[in-house]
Amino acid sequence: MRVQLFATCLVDTFYPETGEAMLRLLRRFGVDAQIPRGQTCCGKPADSGGYVRESKDAARHFLSVFGTNSDPIVTPSGSCASMVKNHYPHLFKDDSRLRQEAEDVAARIYELTQFLVHVCKAHEAGFKGRGKITYHASCQLTRELFVRDEPLMLLQSVQGAEFVPMPDADRCCGFGGVFMGKQPEISMAMADEKLDSILRTGADTVTGCDHGCLMNIADAVKRRGAELRVKHIAAVLAEGLP
Amino acid sequence: MSQAIVPIDFRSNAATAVQDSLLRAALRNAADTFATKRAQAVASVPLDELREAASSIRAEVLSNLSSYLDRFIERASRAGAQVHRAADSAAARETIFSILEQHRVDKVVKSKSMVSEEIHLNDYLIANGIRVVETDLGEYIIQLASEHPSHIIVPAIHKDRRQVGKLFAEKLGCEYSDDPARLTKVAQQTLRREFLSASAGISGANFAVAESGSVVLFTNEGNGRMCTTLPRLHIVVLSIEKIIPSLADLPTFIRLLPRSATGQAITSYLSVITGPRKPGDRTGAEELHIVFVDNGRSSIVTGEYRDMLKCIRCGACLNACPVYRTVGGHAYGSTYPGPMGIILTVLLEGMPKAHPLLDATTLCGACGDVCPVKVPLPELLRRLRERRVEESFTPTIERAGIAAFGRAASFGGLFALGQSTARVLWPLMQKFIDPQTLGRLPKPAERSFHRRIIGVKIS
Repeated sequence: MRVQLFATCLVDTFYPETGEAMLRLLRRFGVDAQIPRGQTCCGKPADSGGYVRESKDAARHFLSVFGTNSDPIVTPSGSCASMVKNHYPHLFKDDSRLRQEAEDVAARIYELTQFLVHVCKAHEAGFKGRGKITYHASCQLTRELFVRDEPLMLLQSVQGAEFVPMPDADRCCGFGGVFMGKQPEISMAMADEKLDSILRTGADTVTGCDHGCLMNIADAVKRRGAELRVKHIAAVLAEGLP
Repeated sequence: MSQAIVPIDFRSNAATAVQDSLLRAALRNAADTFATKRAQAVASVPLDELREAASSIRAEVLSNLSSYLDRFIERASRAGAQVHRAADSAAARETIFSILEQHRVDKVVKSKSMVSEEIHLNDYLIANGIRVVETDLGEYIIQLASEHPSHIIVPAIHKDRRQVGKLFAEKLGCEYSDDPARLTKVAQQTLRREFLSASAGISGANFAVAESGSVVLFTNEGNGRMCTTLPRLHIVVLSIEKIIPSLADLPTFIRLLPRSATGQAITSYLSVITGPRKPGDRTGAEELHIVFVDNGRSSIVTGEYRDMLKCIRCGACLNACPVYRTVGGHAYGSTYPGPMGIILTVLLEGMPKAHPLLDATTLCGACGDVCPVKVPLPELLRRLRERRVEESFTPTIERAGIAAFGRAASFGGLFALGQSTARVLWPLMQKFIDPQTLGRLPKPAERSFHRRIIGVKIS
């Protein structure tokens, strides 16, 4: 089967290896992942900041890049997937043509773990791993997309690694897009508290489905000098591909 | 002459608060306890159905608020209460003061009321020579400390028992103790004397029942009963949206409010007060006044933020909010803190003063999940952020940055150019921009994902 991959601006700019891990994963499950040229950002930073015009600009661009066929769109971010699924139709509520286009792409978008579990049945594939892994449940993934079980199903299926749940896994890490920049003191305090929860599990690796959170958590790790690997779930899974 | 409006300095308040380890430990402890108790308590009721029912009762009231208010006033008056309407805080304060003045009241005992905080009632009465004694234990503590509530349900949530022990020893001259039972006993003994000697009681109300003209109070400490029944005069102060249509609607809120607020199946006391004491009644004030505060609510109810007025002040969104539990209520610099507080403060006090509060949220959505009356808190926060941009209350540099982002996001080539430029300029940018913000981002990758895969055959 064929899918269109939306890398997200964070993966494209800061974490290209996550994009590559995602490609390896999808290929393993026989998925032909195409990467539409010219893709940029979904517009989430502008949208959460209240900048409607700029979010619409980004959204219109997304629609023009991804609206040319009807393949599923897969993206390694709960926050970006929710932007496309939940916010795009709302952004264009007063424009019937764009609203229709927005609803069309909204129906096609999958966050990576949703696609891996529901389409690829990847949780039955037998990933290999090692060490102790814990998981941070990001906000939009959990509360806007309602993707709660899929990442756990995948992580629990990793043979050789121990999955240890984190208390209050779905409490915000303090990233919040523009929040990280506008309220650095609170953002860092929240990330520090998240790191406390992570370290209490005894895990050597923390993973998640959103690079925004992982970036904020990685910064807390760096500031504290903690021994902890921070890895996107695509990287964790791709390392142990059966 | 009008004074320039000073915006609330949320960032600096918050920066101070996060450094206060005592405050943060007290907050974490309390907010987590309440959040856990709430989760356990709502598990024993059909939560989805109750929320739906409560939400639609509140929505029905708000869509016909003025006729429900008229009905309440008519029924309450028929029951013998005197009902007043105050357009704003000043009118409400004056109304209450003139009632007290007519009765030559020199001391009032007060049961917890957030609306009285909203209208700054205590300061006004004290300035006019009336002694005001808060009788809810938490309120009593913060009154002794000359502070304001930092939580709408747990006003002294920011203090631990050692701080309360020191405060009591200093202000009441008792022996230091940090045993909560001992401290409660001290407060009880002091307050009992106040109850018996006060000539008026002031309380808030959780609900006002239109059909019967009753006011309803949920309390735990018994002080509410004392304030509303011991003194000859009882004044209820409440905001206009607190109405529910009939007593038949009350059970829904009995099941939801205490569970959402403190995790209790029901509060220790539930008072339904209909008019003043009648011949044959064993308790009750001889004279009952009900003061409705508007403060812009009758205009909010006609606009796109009407849903905020569904709020029943349970405080669940405060306990669930990761920002609130990190900085506490005082950092908001407003009467109402937390997610509901941000929205209400912008609506009641205006964007020029309250716009910085719109940064006191990560839009994580936790508040929306716990709201018992389904106020779409995350959605309202987002909409207010949009309004803040429309009304130009965001910093110029941010607007310029987002405008550049919008253009770059619309063109693949421009976006790639932006990435390369950022990578090249990274060391320079890190030097000049707040190290706490940009310095926390990793360096852009040498080759973006796009560049890496160009020319590479996939699949």
